[in-house]
Amino acid sequence: MMAALMIGTVGLSGCSGGGNGKGSVELLNVSYDPTRELYKDINAAFAKDYQARTGKTVSFRMSHGGSGKQSRSVIDGLSADVVTLALAYDIDAIAERAKLLPANWQSRLPDNSAPYTSTIVFLVRKGNPKGIRDWADLVKPGVQVITPSPKTSGGARWNFLAAWAYGKKAGGSDAAAQKYVADLYAHVPVLDSGARGATTTFVERGLGDVLIAWENEALLSEKELGAGKFDIVVPSISILAEPPVAVVDANAKAHGTEPVATEYLKFLYTPQGQEIAARNFYRPRDQAVLAKHAATFPKLDMVTIQDFGGWGAAQKRFFADGGVFDAIYGGQAKRR
Amino acid sequence: MSGSNPTTIESPWARWTLIGVGFLFLALFLFLPLVMVFAGALAKGWQVFLDALVDPDALAAIRLTLLVAAISVPINAVFGVAASWAIAKFDFRGKSLLISLIDLPFSVSPVVSGLIFVLLFGAQGWLGPWLTEHGVRIIFAVPGIVLATVFVTFPFVARELIPLMAEQGRDDEEAARSLGASGWQTFWHVTLPNIRWGLLYGVLLCNARAMGEFGAVSVVSGHIRGLTNTMPLHVEILYNEYDFVGAFAVASLLASLALVTLGVKTVLEWRFGIHRAGAAH
Repeated sequence: MMAALMIGTVGLSGCSGGGNGKGSVELLNVSYDPTRELYKDINAAFAKDYQARTGKTVSFRMSHGGSGKQSRSVIDGLSADVVTLALAYDIDAIAERAKLLPANWQSRLPDNSAPYTSTIVFLVRKGNPKGIRDWADLVKPGVQVITPSPKTSGGARWNFLAAWAYGKKAGGSDAAAQKYVADLYAHVPVLDSGARGATTTFVERGLGDVLIAWENEALLSEKELGAGKFDIVVPSISILAEPPVAVVDANAKAHGTEPVATEYLKFLYTPQGQEIAARNFYRPRDQAVLAKHAATFPKLDMVTIQDFGGWGAAQKRFFADGGVFDAIYGGQAKRR
Repeated sequence: MSGSNPTTIESPWARWTLIGVGFLFLALFLFLPLVMVFAGALAKGWQVFLDALVDPDALAAIRLTLLVAAISVPINAVFGVAASWAIAKFDFRGKSLLISLIDLPFSVSPVVSGLIFVLLFGAQGWLGPWLTEHGVRIIFAVPGIVLATVFVTFPFVARELIPLMAEQGRDDEEAARSLGASGWQTFWHVTLPNIRWGLLYGVLLCNARAMGEFGAVSVVSGHIRGLTNTMPLHVEILYNEYDFVGAFAVASLLASLALVTLGVKTVLEWRFGIHRAGAAH
């Protein structure tokens, strides 16, 4: 029986290989949760553009999930041609553990390889019944905050760091920042594992008073589900979230898709790509496109990941086992 | 039976209360959710419902689910018959160990079952480098999904057959052998007819689980749309995309498959019951 199984296995693996037919290529883009709508549009636009220029057809396979989980899958062999994840750390992990792309991947494309950005804002229920204006209002008695776990969700790490930035600015010290963030997580009734799960908890299940969310997620939920059901509150300070993109060299070389994969990512930086990003509620890098959508993207004070010493340092200090988040959340678990 | 020869002395009031509570419970926890699935699927009318089912990604998910069931159920049926035959008809050392091993997939969380295969066949796993070298893809491809499903649905057929075959004993087989039948003849003409209803029942349960498995498959699938998404995974994806009608449409198709299985099972149980009663005479 084992032999029969093995034969079946080998036979079947044939049909799952990457498309290598002449004149047509298939790219596998492994992405994180909130980019589904964005890449649906980008893929269609790029395929059209590519065919017009070269006469070749390109088709896409998409895989979406929590950023950390997706990174883990690529390390374990999910053969992505390109990865478009929530934070550089998750692509660093692929470079470091599986050596599928060089460690300097982030310098290969402009703007830290992040063609679009976002920031962290609050989504509150219509009319803002709890009167939430800024971070300080999230830790008032009786306010329930929804945010996913920064252990598993890339988006949640940005949330955490944005909260930390506020705590530090308001209190003036790291100790004050830690106290603020600990207070904040005490107001979280349920830690979802991914950004989309947290959105569903807030929007569909109706839990909590505030969703700390990516600006793009907040704008999208407003459009998809709740025109008139939710308000977006932009806090006084937030963080510039830079979701990066990269070609996974080893996989793309094996599939013979390296040139088209590179072009695909460069397309994100073109005015057309930037316009699609803006229409899907990601802040474009292109100033002209940004100016056109200024009504959607209000200006606010933003720190960057560099203020935390880059993702490697931030990961180690805040989110690694035994880090600041464990100290805060472990402490709470004991208190309960 | 209870009408002509009551076995309890409870008052009719108590009896009807018990029956009522039972029905209310079933209605609340089984029937209502099922109705909600179909109501959600048809919330925007038949056209939207049908569109969700003929979407290329949905069709691919349906095809993959049927393919996975078509491979894993026969494998487990053959294994289940072989294992229960060995356990019920022969004595050997390590028999109880084998029984425990068969039960293993029931006691292990499906997520862990999935991770086992990632650790074995993943790029960083034990066999990963060898597989990469030879261009064989298991994890994040159809073979991995089949393997995970086979593992999770392993015990269904065997668990159904072991008690049945143990109860039937070895007399029929011994009689056949003493009359000169070969091993295969004994199996085809004596053992198989005796267990056929139990076997079908086990296969149906196995099939239901194979089509519905989420946890283990989710770990090894890689969630590539139109390629490695089974129906349960596709339901989750649609739901997360705010496509609630689509999610419930595919979910209702899964539920319908389960209902058909349940219907066939009830019929079989009825036939099986008669058969067993007949055998006891």
